[in-house]
Formats: sequence, structure tokens, C-alpha cells
Amino acid sequence: MRNPEFVRRFIALLRKEVRQMLRDKSNLAVGLLLPIALILLFGYGLSFDVKNAPVAVVLEDSSPTAREAVSGFQGSTYLSPVRVTHMMDAERLLRAGEVDGIVRVPLDFSRRLAAGDARIQLVLNGVNSTTAQTVEGYVKSAIATWAQRQADRAGNKLSASGRVEVVQRMWFNETGNSTWYLVPGLIVLVLTLIGAFLTSLLIAREWERGTLESLFVTPVRPLELVLAKLAPYLVVGAIDLVLCLLAARFLFEVPMRGSLTILFLASMLYLVVSLMLGLFISGKMRNQFQASQVAMLTSFMPAMMLSGFVFDLRNVPLVIQGVAQLLPATHFMGLIKTLFLAGDHWPTILRSVAILTLYAVVLVFATHRTLRKTLE
Amino acid sequence: MASFIAALAQIAALVRKELLALINEPASRVILIAPAFLQALMYGYGATYDLTHVPYAVLDQSRSAASIELLARLDGTGVFVREATLTSPRQIAGLVDAGKALMVLSIPSDFEARLSSGQPAPLQVILDGRNSSTAGAAAGYVGAIVADYNASLGGVAAGIRVERRAWFNPNLESRWNMMPGLIAALSMLQTLLFAALSVAREREQGTFDQLLVTPLTPMQILIGKALPSILIGLLQSSIIFLIIRFWFEIPMQGSVWLLYFGLIVFNIASVGVGLSISALSLTMQQAMLYTFLLIMPLMLLSGLFTPVRNMPEVLQLATYANPLRFGMDIVRRVYLEGAGFSDVGFEFIPLLVLAATTLPLAAWLFRNRLS
Repeated sequence: MRNPEFVRRFIALLRKEVRQMLRDKSNLAVGLLLPIALILLFGYGLSFDVKNAPVAVVLEDSSPTAREAVSGFQGSTYLSPVRVTHMMDAERLLRAGEVDGIVRVPLDFSRRLAAGDARIQLVLNGVNSTTAQTVEGYVKSAIATWAQRQADRAGNKLSASGRVEVVQRMWFNETGNSTWYLVPGLIVLVLTLIGAFLTSLLIAREWERGTLESLFVTPVRPLELVLAKLAPYLVVGAIDLVLCLLAARFLFEVPMRGSLTILFLASMLYLVVSLMLGLFISGKMRNQFQASQVAMLTSFMPAMMLSGFVFDLRNVPLVIQGVAQLLPATHFMGLIKTLFLAGDHWPTILRSVAILTLYAVVLVFATHRTLRKTLE
Repeated sequence: MASFIAALAQIAALVRKELLALINEPASRVILIAPAFLQALMYGYGATYDLTHVPYAVLDQSRSAASIELLARLDGTGVFVREATLTSPRQIAGLVDAGKALMVLSIPSDFEARLSSGQPAPLQVILDGRNSSTAGAAAGYVGAIVADYNASLGGVAAGIRVERRAWFNPNLESRWNMMPGLIAALSMLQTLLFAALSVAREREQGTFDQLLVTPLTPMQILIGKALPSILIGLLQSSIIFLIIRFWFEIPMQGSVWLLYFGLIVFNIASVGVGLSISALSLTMQQAMLYTFLLIMPLMLLSGLFTPVRNMPEVLQLATYANPLRFGMDIVRRVYLEGAGFSDVGFEFIPLLVLAATTLPLAAWLFRNRLS
């Protein structure tokens, strides 16, 4: 019986919200264009894959053997060797940050190699520990490859005792390309950003201007208000999502091994959660400055740092893992990476979707309450 | 001279008013201290690339002394934790898909036989590449353990040892790299927002017009608005700095004075950016929107997570306009490397250029951007 009334009021409110959104051109431009700009910027800009890391090579032993030992760096796309005559110059380069590491072949290298006990010194700049570790890996494997070839050529009798050979296969991301997992993660960040920021101001602004009180004397009910505020941004978010998915697929060539329908629906669900979180904060804080601060500190920053976007949660202490599990972004991050790279893994899908649905329901209810309380 | 002192007094009054407005509200007071504190602790523990826990599973079809010895070495690290012992290759996919094992080792039945007959014995390592960085690091670790094992067999090819030494961060802990970066990054978030909202809020409430008709010059308004933001930034940086130094006990190599000098210049530049946004926006909502849109690129393209050197050339050039890139670099290098002014001096130039463009721009916009 009340249904037609509800629809009529909802449509009226919706029209007001849509007009308000469209009137502010900067708002809309930002909502539509920025996500795609962000994903392009970061898809190309963020990478853990070290390429052409400059490494100073100091050959104190000038024998052909020594030169050959480090020749493997030349052809590598990961390292770009720079010949330096003196260790002191190399250390200066390292200190200035012009090289990531120094490979030093000591004077007695070939003599000790003949005795089977040669040393090569590798000095790294540890400030950027990830790059340092990668460079270490490349340097060691280049030298080991040479040593192996050397041994095979000599028909080294020592190798008669056999050795373990690691045959490595990385599932889901065969070439170990970090873009493949960063781009799906960026979609999570973009959706979080839209949700938290476009909406976190909406209710707070009406509080500050006193227009919310005037709405309360109308027959409008809180739930209608929440839904009307949510709907226009949901459409904006859906457009953003489609653009992001297209970019991921066709520009960054991230494989989409799961079903596209599930990927889209799950992302929309997360968008609802993210928008509702924004609305909830906005309704709770009643002040735009505080709403914005809280939105940033409780949704965007944790989504970037603790959701498993770049930092693997397995390496994190238990307490922090607990905090991470509280974030909706963490659950969506796991799901979207699985859907992109691994495929439809139903236990993961069902668990994440259930958790996100729970968040959506709880947040709708909570936002509803922040609005109703004020009627008293 | 007297007029100069009067001008200073006017600025001081404005700064006082700004700070009082902030401190008088309990919620704002909390927002200035608590987030810096909590975030520094949370991200200090949470933002790490170092492997501490690698759940793995084993499919050991050889069940030989050799395979047990190799696995014992793996378990002995404390990092690799065996989640399951498999009996059939068909179980592998389920475990990896569910994310229960980051890595599965498969040892063929002829493992020991091949080893003792002098042939290469394959050890298959399957990794979950959904986070390829972690997977790569785990693979590297396994490789090192296997190399060690091979050496113990005496079958090592031409004895070359690579001796690694890492300057400034001997154990290559990623926290040492991340945390000093946060001194700059976390404080920038809030300074930028505070600066961006300061003018926009007064515009929206109509009090900015009143400020404009006072005898204050735009330059005085600018300084009056910039100083509180800079102070907030320094306060937050100090909180994070103290946590890093005394809670996480990361040794500080350089001079505290140079560190703070760098932080002040960095804060001036980022407040300049914030005030320009503020002066451009007509409403708080616009100011917030612009700030949030800027924050994501500023954070992600600063070298906080991934090295600037891995970016395409064009983006590397674009980072010259990013105060965080240089602010963070100065803090990291002074803190970890003990860099002196001669080492990091040139990094001040982009910051100063940025401050020298954004601050006058903001002052000009105060008067010339009226709704």
C-alpha cells in the first residue's frame, strides 16, 4: 500500500541527487575520467620488475677468465654493467645512488679459481631492499651459469656426485610479471577511492548546511535517503569499473581466467560496500573536514597498505592480520586476484561474496541509524 | 621596521586563530595525533616484503634419506611451514587454488637414485603467482637452500663464492626502507588535506571574504594559512620518527638537524600544493576531491612502494613535480645512509622550485578567484 509512495519519494530524491551531481561538472569529470587516468598511470608506473639495474663492475683481476666470469651481465636485460677501474670510484657511485650494486673480482680470482676456492664480492645499496635482493639474485645466477658451463667444459669430475636442480613453475603468473597482480589491485583501490571520497561528503555537507533537518520534516524516510544518495554514484562507479576492466584486459593484457560476469557482479558488490562505508562515515561525522579525514584514514590508506595489494599478508604479524581481515578491501583483493589470475575458485568466491554482502547489509542498516537518531 | 613588526603580529594573530580553531574541537585534536601514531605502528608491522611465513606442501614420491635431509633444511629456516604432505599430484591444484600453500615441492621417485649416480635430480617447485613478488622471493630462498645442499654434497661446480655485503641495511629488511619513507608520506596526507581545506572552508562559510577586506595582504594571509599546516606536518613527522627510532629501533645514521631541515622544506612544498588546491576550489567538496585525486598519484609514484627507476621515462620526469619523491628520498638517505647536505643538496632544488611556484600561485588565487 505504501509502495507507490515510497517509489514516488525515492524518484524525487534521486532526481535531486542526480541533478546535484551533474551540476558540479568537476565532480563528474573527476568521477568518470580519473579512475581510468589512475589505472593507466599506475599500470605503467608501478612495477617491481627490475630492468637494467646499473651495476658497477670492478675487475682487479684482468685475466680473460675473470672477464669471462662477469660477461653474463652484458647480455642480461636485468642488469646494465658499468666498468669501473677502482673500487673507490665504484663506492662513490654507489653512495651517490648511481649504481645499485658493485661486483668486485679480486686480484687473486683466477689463481684461487684454479684451486677451486674463488671469491667474488658483491656490495649492494640496502636502502631499497627489494631491488637489492633482486639484483643479488641476478648477479648470482649469472655467475653460477658461467661456473656451470665452465665445469661442464672441463668435464669436472666433482660433479659426478650429482646435484639437485630446481625446476620452477609459477602458476597463474608464469613470467612473474608484477603488473598482473598490481592492476587487479589497482581496481580495488580505484573503487575504494570513488566510494569513500565521492560519498563521504554527501551527508556531512547536508548536516553542515542544515538541509538535512529540513528533509526530515518532509515525509522522506532515512532508507529512501540512503538509497537515493547511493544510486547515482553506483552508476558512475559502474562506468569506471567497465573502463578499468577494459584497460586491464586490453592495455595491460592481464588474463581474465575467471568468469567475467562474476568478476563484474563481485566488483559491483564491493562498490556498494565502499559507497556505503563512505555514506556511513559521512552520516556519523557530520562535519566535512572530519568525514574526509576519517574516510581517508579508515578506508583508503588501509586498503592500500593492509589489504594485500603489494604487501603479502602472510608475512604480517597475527594482530595486523586480524586488522586486515576486518577490511572489506582485503576480502575483495583476494577475490579479484583469484578471478583475474586463477579462475573461478568457488570456495573463495562464495566466502568473499558472503562477507561483502554482510558488510553491505550492516552498513546500510548503520547508515540508516545515523540518520534516524537525529530525528529525536 | 615598525611596520614589519606589525605585519608579523598580524600573521601571528592569524596563525593563532587557525590553531585555536583546530585545537578547540576535541575530534580534531584526536585526528591530529592518533592516526599518525596508529598508522606508524600498523604499517610498521604490516608493510613488509620480507618473507616470514611461507606455507608449503610436499609431494615426496622418493621418501629417501636425501629428500628428507633437503626438507629438514627447509623446515629448519622457520620461514617455511609445512601445511600438508601430499600423496598424489592431483591434490596439488586444490591446495594452491585455495591459497593454502604458497608453494608445493614435488620430489620424483628416482630422486636419490639420480643423485647417487651423478645425474641432475629435478626438484619441482610450484608457486602461487597471485603475488608474484612473494612467490619470487620464496623461489629465491629455496634456490639458496638447494645450492647449500648441493655444496654439502661436494658436487658444486667450479668453486666460486659470491660474498654479499649490503650497505646501510645489512640484513636487507624492507621495514628499514619503508618506515623512514612513511615519516614523509603519512604526514603529507594530513598536511595536504588540512591546507587544502583551510581556505575552501572559509570560502564556503563566507568568512574568507571578510578576511580579504581586513588590512592583511595576500602574502600575510598565505603565511598565516601555511604556517599551521607546516606545524601539523612537523608534529606528525616527529611522532612517526620517534616510533621508528625507539619502538622499531631502526638506527639513525645521519644528523637530526638535516632531517628536520629536509622535512621543513618538504612540508613547505606540500603545503604550497595544498593551498593552491584550496585557493582553486570554491567548495570544500571540490578541495577534498582534488586532494584525494592527487594523493593517490603522489603516494604511488613517489618510490614508496616501487622504485622510481622502474618507471617509464615519461613518468620518471613527472615525479619531479612530486614533493613526496624528494622529501622521502631526503629522509631515507639522511636516516639510513647518513647522507650529508652535499649528498642530498640537489634534492632540495625540485622542492624549492615547487614551493616557489605554488605558494605565490595560491596567494594570487586568493584575490583573483572569486565565485
